[in-house]
Amino acid sequence: MSTDVTARTPAPAPPGKSGGSAGGGLLQLMLNGLRGNMRQYGMLLALGLIVVLFAVWTDGDLLLPRNVSNLVLQNSYVLILAIGMMLVIIAGHIDLSVGSVTAFVGAFAAVLTVQHDVSWPVAVVLCLLVGAAAGAAQGFFIAYLGIPSFIVTLAGMLVFRGMTEILLKGQTLGPFPNGLQKIGNGFLPETGPETNYHNITLLLGIVLIVFVVLQEVRDRKRQQEFSLEVPPRNIFLLKLVAIVAAVLVVTLLLASYKGAPIILLILGVLVVGYGYVMRNSVFGRHIYAIGGNLPAAKLSGVKDKRVTFFVFLNMGALAALAGLAIAARLNAASPKAGLNYELEAIASSFIGGASMSGGVGTVLGAIIGGLVLGVLNNGMNLLSVGTDWQQVIKGLALLLAVGFDVWNKRKSGS
Amino acid sequence: MAGPVLEMRSIVKTFPGVKALSDVTLTVRQGEVHAICGENGAGKSTLMKVLSGVHPHGTYEGEILFEGEVCRFKDIRASEQHGIVIIHQELALVPFLSLAENIFLGNEHATRGFINWNDTLKHASELLRRVGLHDHPETRVADIGVGKQQLVEIAKALSKKVKLLILDEPTAALNDEDSGKLLDLILELKTQGITSIIISHKLNEIRRVADSVTIIRDGQSIETLDVKSAETTEDRIISGMVGRDLEHRFPDRTPFEGEAGAAPALEIRNWTVRHPIDQERKVVDDVSINVRRGEIVGIAGLMGAGRTELAMSVFGRSYGRYAGGTVLKDGKEISTRHVADTVAQGIAYVTEDRKHYGLNLIDTINRNISLSGLGKVAKRGIVDEHEERQVAEGFRKTMNIKAPTVFEPVGKLSGGNQQKVVLSKWIFTGPDVLILDEPTRGIDVGAKYEIYTVIDQLAAQGKAVVFISSELPELLGMCDRIYTMAAGRLTGEFERAEATQEVLMRQMTKDKEVTR
Repeated sequence: MSTDVTARTPAPAPPGKSGGSAGGGLLQLMLNGLRGNMRQYGMLLALGLIVVLFAVWTDGDLLLPRNVSNLVLQNSYVLILAIGMMLVIIAGHIDLSVGSVTAFVGAFAAVLTVQHDVSWPVAVVLCLLVGAAAGAAQGFFIAYLGIPSFIVTLAGMLVFRGMTEILLKGQTLGPFPNGLQKIGNGFLPETGPETNYHNITLLLGIVLIVFVVLQEVRDRKRQQEFSLEVPPRNIFLLKLVAIVAAVLVVTLLLASYKGAPIILLILGVLVVGYGYVMRNSVFGRHIYAIGGNLPAAKLSGVKDKRVTFFVFLNMGALAALAGLAIAARLNAASPKAGLNYELEAIASSFIGGASMSGGVGTVLGAIIGGLVLGVLNNGMNLLSVGTDWQQVIKGLALLLAVGFDVWNKRKSGS
Repeated sequence: MAGPVLEMRSIVKTFPGVKALSDVTLTVRQGEVHAICGENGAGKSTLMKVLSGVHPHGTYEGEILFEGEVCRFKDIRASEQHGIVIIHQELALVPFLSLAENIFLGNEHATRGFINWNDTLKHASELLRRVGLHDHPETRVADIGVGKQQLVEIAKALSKKVKLLILDEPTAALNDEDSGKLLDLILELKTQGITSIIISHKLNEIRRVADSVTIIRDGQSIETLDVKSAETTEDRIISGMVGRDLEHRFPDRTPFEGEAGAAPALEIRNWTVRHPIDQERKVVDDVSINVRRGEIVGIAGLMGAGRTELAMSVFGRSYGRYAGGTVLKDGKEISTRHVADTVAQGIAYVTEDRKHYGLNLIDTINRNISLSGLGKVAKRGIVDEHEERQVAEGFRKTMNIKAPTVFEPVGKLSGGNQQKVVLSKWIFTGPDVLILDEPTRGIDVGAKYEIYTVIDQLAAQGKAVVFISSELPELLGMCDRIYTMAAGRLTGEFERAEATQEVLMRQMTKDKEVTR
């Protein structure tokens, strides 16, 4: 009963046209495979390029074990925030308050542990709860009262910054108990036989490599089972080798210094956990659905208000975690902590593939975006570029990344 | 007979991976109304985008001659300078600007950057009168109906000294009355020497206004027919479009035989809804309807009759303000306060506006299909992607959704295939009652037949179907029973045997004079 519509079945590009580009076949295949995730792959390549460039410019200082370790510690909070921000942006919202919330939670932690001698694990739990409450309060106004998130979180930005100063009375408060400090700048403990490397870190790295390789191979097998198009074998192998090499290099670098920072482990758990939630959970699906088309999601029975509420609650909790990490690392709560972090988190999300109109983006993308900014920061610091120029360059990087994406989308004729 | 004003020769247009136009030749004579028809995805809109410079010269192959000159438009502005103006399916008016401002948008009557309002308003009212509108040019576009907005678009085209007017499905969103006005205007413009190209699915419209019709199928121009000739019947055009003879437009339906005594699957009693903003207005007024298992019940009505409002207000109170009435499922009263509850009760609503209310266009086929029934492929809040994919794959086959894989973004599909995705999505929730709101709007003849077949099968499986449509032939062809609505009220109920287009239309227009 159907008529065959040949016009819509994907035909290979006409030979006359693709012949112009060098190495047509393979390149074409690669490009086809990449098209769907162009921004993410593009950013991954850009990240690699930036790393190589700065490694050369700094005569290898960028990749010194100590600096890599530092890079992780320096950027962990923005990455944590970027994960939450990605969810917010996918849901079609924005959160300008996270920088202030991190400062507020840091101040709260200082008041608890320094002024009132609350034990640090209790303080951590209380802080996370306070952060979640701050997010929930904003989420309530956004989801249930329908006030635009831009306005609510702009208000939140002012409110929580002000409350931070009230809590701290304008002073810096510290130092924190040892346990809490570890969150910000601790490393995994040293055990096992005497090697030149940090044993647990090596072990973790190897476990990670095995896990990732198995996962990739399984994915590919599954896709083949479903007779989906898979990239050719050599490209797949190339990808595997690249992943293994990257993980191995980072592992060895960290293991030859003090080992993996605790915060890196926390971050890893968050990335895997949130990645899984966004991809595989009903909740994650609902976030994409309300961001992609809110009226359609509503009419599909998605409880859009509840989803929005929890997305902001979650953002608050992650902001609290980031706040603890900053305070612990600086070993003090400061009224100026977390300044502009919301902007870094938002920029990370957009560099990593989020869309202004919502419905698009991945947790991994946010991390890649955050790392691009982080390496830029760190590399420019090593080169003693002033913060004035750093801001200019980071701004241009954001513009370039999103501009490239827009251009690429237009070219592929959407 | 006048010579050709436009010739498009062997146009080929390729998008990455897809050949949208493989060989199209189109010749339009001076001063005629030329219809283009073809199934959705056949390439009609792409062809018009090539013509109007949306796809600039160099991105396609082939040659365009307008008034004997070879044209190489680099953008829309270039084609407009030649007097070719396209009015897209989605209206491009700014809702909060006035009619006059919209008409001259991008083409303002201004001296040194400052708008000359006297001039603007004067010219705007002249243009508005030419298209038969008597609204004040300072009225905001948001304050006039869709039908009038379409006329404003034409006034805007006239302001650009249009010689060739291209209308892409101009009546798709209009009711019969407004459609009639628009078609009259096209004929009126023809007497003023303006050539028109009209893309349309509605064959009766084509018969009414067009002089000739070019049929496009699978990116190729199949034939051009003289509409005025006696041989060009609707069936002739349809067979050209689908490439086969169409014996039946509707599947053979075994008439429904009600079981005595069984409670209706869905019964709506005394349902009243007020307008969301204008609280005085009852959009649905004391409506009672019912549908039994295995039955297809139609609701006929013109635009604004309250059909969609009735359906959406019942379905999770998604429209207007509830002002009374009850819903019974299998004889028991149920709450339909929230969409999720309503879905859980086994009721599904397939919207008339799939792009805004039905689909997440940027997401894939499988994720769109599973969204409403996600619980069915999820365990403890975690979606089983394997199962989800199989479900989607199953629907792709049974519903004949034309897409390479179920991972294709829905936005890339044609209207008919999108509609099949929406239907799949709701069938997947396993409903007892399906409310289908204009399920064949804006889709081509071949896909329509497929959708009718699906609806027929659903009824045969014992599901209750409410079929809302403004196309009377399809209601008469599909339904066991038909309600008519006008101005928010139920005005009639007819068994299949007693319903005819005339009888229904009389009830659908019943108390129009009261509401006006």
